[in-house]
Amino acid sequence: MKLPICLDSLPRHQRATVAGIDWAHLSVPEARRLRELGVDEGVGIEVLHRAPFGAGPIACRIGRMTVALRRAVAGSIHVSPIA
Amino acid sequence: MTSLPLVALVGNPNAGKSALFNALTGARQKVGNYPGVTVERHSGRLALPDGRPVELVDLPGAYSLDPSSPDERVTRDVVTGTQDGERLPDALIVVVDAANLDNHLRFTLQLIALGLPIVVALNMFDLAERDGLKLDPAVLERELGVPVVATVAVRRRGLDELKARLGGLIVGGPVRLRASTGHVDDDIVTLQRRARALSAAATISETPARRWTHMLDAVLLHPVSGPILLLAILFVMFQAVFAWSQAPVGWIEALCALLQNWVSATLPAGFVRSFLSDGVIAGVGAVIVFLPQILILFAFILVLEATGYMVRAAFLMDRLMAGVGLSGRAFIPLLSSFACAVPGIMATRTIDDEKDRLTTILIAPLMTCSARLPVYTLVIAALIPDTRVAPLIGLQGLVMFALYVLGIVAAFVAALVLRKTVTRGPSSGFMMEMPKYQWPRLGDVALGLWSRAVIFLKRAGTTIAATVALLWLLSSYPVAQAGQKQSEVSIAGHIASGIEVVVRPIGFNHDIALALLPAMAAREAAVGAMATVYAIDNPEDQAGKGKLAENLRGRWSLPTALAFLMWFVFAPQCISTIAVTRRETNGWKWPAFMVGYLFAAAYIMAGITYWLAVAVGL
Repeated sequence: MKLPICLDSLPRHQRATVAGIDWAHLSVPEARRLRELGVDEGVGIEVLHRAPFGAGPIACRIGRMTVALRRAVAGSIHVSPIA
Repeated sequence: MTSLPLVALVGNPNAGKSALFNALTGARQKVGNYPGVTVERHSGRLALPDGRPVELVDLPGAYSLDPSSPDERVTRDVVTGTQDGERLPDALIVVVDAANLDNHLRFTLQLIALGLPIVVALNMFDLAERDGLKLDPAVLERELGVPVVATVAVRRRGLDELKARLGGLIVGGPVRLRASTGHVDDDIVTLQRRARALSAAATISETPARRWTHMLDAVLLHPVSGPILLLAILFVMFQAVFAWSQAPVGWIEALCALLQNWVSATLPAGFVRSFLSDGVIAGVGAVIVFLPQILILFAFILVLEATGYMVRAAFLMDRLMAGVGLSGRAFIPLLSSFACAVPGIMATRTIDDEKDRLTTILIAPLMTCSARLPVYTLVIAALIPDTRVAPLIGLQGLVMFALYVLGIVAAFVAALVLRKTVTRGPSSGFMMEMPKYQWPRLGDVALGLWSRAVIFLKRAGTTIAATVALLWLLSSYPVAQAGQKQSEVSIAGHIASGIEVVVRPIGFNHDIALALLPAMAAREAAVGAMATVYAIDNPEDQAGKGKLAENLRGRWSLPTALAFLMWFVFAPQCISTIAVTRRETNGWKWPAFMVGYLFAAAYIMAGITYWLAVAVGL
């Protein structure tokens, strides 16, 4: 188990689990939506795609779902890469 | 108010709820509205295996009972019995995506806690199996304590069993909520963990399979090929709107001419004949010819939506939209606005952020809606020379393209300005589930198209027909003496002369002033209005479309035509759009602002165009 890193710096297709979420950095609706989409400690996560045109959103596999997130939100999700 | 038992379909977005609703009710559906909100109420009838009929209502998709949009609020209020105009359902069908139990079971657990009789439809069972996921519905049924039925809505599988189990739940007695306030366990994290444990228990085996969705996304979301393909899809879409509509437009025109001839042949010359032939048929016909284009545009949008591509387009566009202070979510309503701003503005309900949503509503009318097409097509055909500026690129097509681009650029500039002034606020987020790709079911698309066609034809038959008929009356009386022009002597002519004073500085003539008023009812009525006016001025001619173009050529200068086109890029000329904006923003403040800023922009831009065109000697 490596040290947790931010989701937005996780390399594409590197499998990881959610280590923790910085709820304080998220707005109330953002935090709720994130929970509703199943983001929770221990859940498997993987970056699938990064949108074009610079700092666009990323598409992640969270559990069995594919979810699009902005980088700012991804920055408050800490993940532990699975070696 | 019917006394039939009421069953509500509930579930997460992308669980295949609407497909199941269509499969259960067939084409016997009613679309209405919940009172006070603009959320559509889709209901239909369903017969249980023992013959008892029940009313089925399809609730908007939601992630939980904690609503973050008006749609989700309706879902919560219906299942808790607090929605105005809806009784508490006698039972719920909870639809879950078999391949996404981890997430969808959480909402199911919340719903079960309410205490209503529930049957769970384990939908898209075949897709889960294709993905290598083997599930045991019996385990799920035991753990949840409610009936669970595996279904494949699009292939009509499992429906009989679903109906049978539903029949067992509806016993006829009154139902009561366990949690009377509707406030149930809303600790999402706890529920989520239980859902995940249940999902693991119900999974027999999971073998990694090659997933179509991942393979398609590798191409469609690729940083290089993704945007190129999106652009290509949009290009094909707009190309098709023009190319595929030519033949059906010809048929409709032929039918109108046939009707006019029949009226002329059967009725004696006079008031009634002129009213029917020049007023109603010429006016309404000039509008109905655009039905094919509108349907083609909607067909593309419905298919893109049904396949799951629309969310990918939003993903690809998010960065660009963020540049003007919007989110990728705004892309879908704005794209729909190319068909019509009314469904586009209604589609903004999926945007959670209030400021973001308001900005999208305010700029939606700038997207070139299909009602402008009749106006653009007519004016371009009449006054822009049909020459080629380069191989394969005609000047007329180029002008049409430029008008579309201008609308988009204007919308982006407006968004940028609005987000820095009246809708200032922190930038909103973009968080969306990306559904699996699905082959759209032809029947579902056809049903969607049918309801659009009905709305359009109703409008053509009521608002537009009434406007055109009124205009015909106003422009026919008082009758002109020899040597006078009917379009100037009539009541409408006098009203137009008043408007003309205001619009003369931006190059508009008397005909345009006359067309502007009916165009308030609906933009395309401008074409019908001109057809009617010219038909009255020259009663010997039949008001065909070719004739209309010829008439314009004789009466308009090129700078006038360009100013007129520019006016239509901006002017908020559509009562329906203003009405829907009032409903969606709950008041007159924002529609008034929208009308004000768009008219000001229209006047200024048309004026600049006219004077520039005159200055360069066009």
